[in-house]
Amino acid sequence: MDQLIHQILSGLATGGIYASVALALVMIYQATHLVNFAQGEMAMFATYLAWALIQAGVPYWGAFAITVLSAFVGGIVIERVIVRPVENAPILAVVIVFIALLVIFNSLAGWIFTYTIKPFPSPFPAQPLFGNSYVSSHELGSMAITLVVLLLLFVFFRFTPLGLAMRAAAQNPESSRLVGIRVGWMLALGWGLAAAIGAIAGMMVAPTVFLEPNMMGGILLYAFAGALLGGIDSPGGAVLGGFIVGVLENVVGAYVGTELKLTVALIVIVGVLVVRPSGLFGKVHVTRV
Amino acid sequence: MSALADPVKNAGAPLPAPGDRLLQVRGLRAQYGPTKVLHGLDFDVAARGITTILGANGAGKTTTLRAVCNMVRTEGEITLAGTRIDGLATENIVRRGVAHVPDGRGTFLNLSVEDNLRLGAYTRRDRDAVAPDYDRIYGYFPRLKERCKQQAGTLSGGEQQMLAVSRALMLRPRLLLLDEPSFGLAPKIVQHLFEIFRVINAQDGIGMLLVEQNASMALKLAQHAYLLETGRVVMSGPAEAIRNDESVRRSYLGY
Repeated sequence: MDQLIHQILSGLATGGIYASVALALVMIYQATHLVNFAQGEMAMFATYLAWALIQAGVPYWGAFAITVLSAFVGGIVIERVIVRPVENAPILAVVIVFIALLVIFNSLAGWIFTYTIKPFPSPFPAQPLFGNSYVSSHELGSMAITLVVLLLLFVFFRFTPLGLAMRAAAQNPESSRLVGIRVGWMLALGWGLAAAIGAIAGMMVAPTVFLEPNMMGGILLYAFAGALLGGIDSPGGAVLGGFIVGVLENVVGAYVGTELKLTVALIVIVGVLVVRPSGLFGKVHVTRV
Repeated sequence: MSALADPVKNAGAPLPAPGDRLLQVRGLRAQYGPTKVLHGLDFDVAARGITTILGANGAGKTTTLRAVCNMVRTEGEITLAGTRIDGLATENIVRRGVAHVPDGRGTFLNLSVEDNLRLGAYTRRDRDAVAPDYDRIYGYFPRLKERCKQQAGTLSGGEQQMLAVSRALMLRPRLLLLDEPSFGLAPKIVQHLFEIFRVINAQDGIGMLLVEQNASMALKLAQHAYLLETGRVVMSGPAEAIRNDESVRRSYLGY
């Protein structure tokens, strides 16, 4: 029983990472109806930036803030410079661009920082908090940070005019222009936010999986499974899906065998697509004409 | 102001002097891909005036409105209150005070009625003046107030049209472009909408460019009318005169 609780709790911790990346995927999906395959590699690259800053003597939280900000700006630049020119291109062309981004970031990281695995520091103490034996303080801390990020995003999208404009631009670009929203910038902002969320997820997962150019490969897959499970057009569903996949992956890893961990993600993906393609919370919109 | 509120009295008035034109359009051409739809239109909307563009399906009415907002490939001179706006991005034209109630209503289906209205006021900086505008709009359309928390996609066609008009009004526009507001609505609702247009025009002096298939309603509301046929203006004049010209009515307007 203790082991199960332990597995569930650390599943929730990694689930938080998946949830963040899933949310980043959903944000771009809602605006473009495409999955950004480079989301994970962008996060990985940002994590390397944080690592380099910490190596250069910047305190952890300083490096954290600089990284999140750089990722935000970087996301906007990528949208403006690379994605925007193919805005109206056929889907396959855009997919190729996303895959190219993935490869570029991956090799760039390998070229600049080498493929040697690097330890990445955790900002949380090494001893478990409150003397509990179930969950490490890094797991607890990263879960807390994930939840704070998700909460901030919720408040932003729900209660600010800019958040509303971003939702409107994703849903109905033409009508958005007719109320004066600069739709292009809203998309760029979405990329910036997605990149920033990814960067946070990268920094939170790096102490566990160690830093190397391929560290986000598996995570992107789990996040994608989570997003599909919850509903790729539902931010809340994607977050919940991410947590569910995290717990599932951990429990299966502990009781069935770690070899099957990644298989779980793939089974979830195929299962959802077969049984309920819109996911658990994928909305069936009520429309009257 | 009262003269403008009563279109019939105003209808015989001569064309406005250039300085009094809210919108002046010259040589407007538009095309979708290789298909040319408008072949050089000239028309005006007087300051505080209502102009209507009539014509059959496919005459280019909707395209004309879309061209004013630069939503299609457009050539020609478009001047709003003395400033050229042709070539500007749609959102910048809107920011200059042109509100467009589009064909199909353009509702944000997944957002609440309230959020739809909030988006209408998105570009406004006079935050204090926005709040009373909600009440004003709910006064025009009490149904929207009853449903303000409801997802806009669940509204009926008539309610969505009210919402589209309200969203446009939240911008506090100088010029309102109305694309077939009567389309698919019950006569009673159409009457109500047109009454609101008349009131808004009289009270706030918002200029309107109304595109309609319902010629009889449009000609009663507007002071000036243009008849469009396959992308060309075939006739224009005071609305009152066109309304009373039986041969025009029979051959072009079909009522």
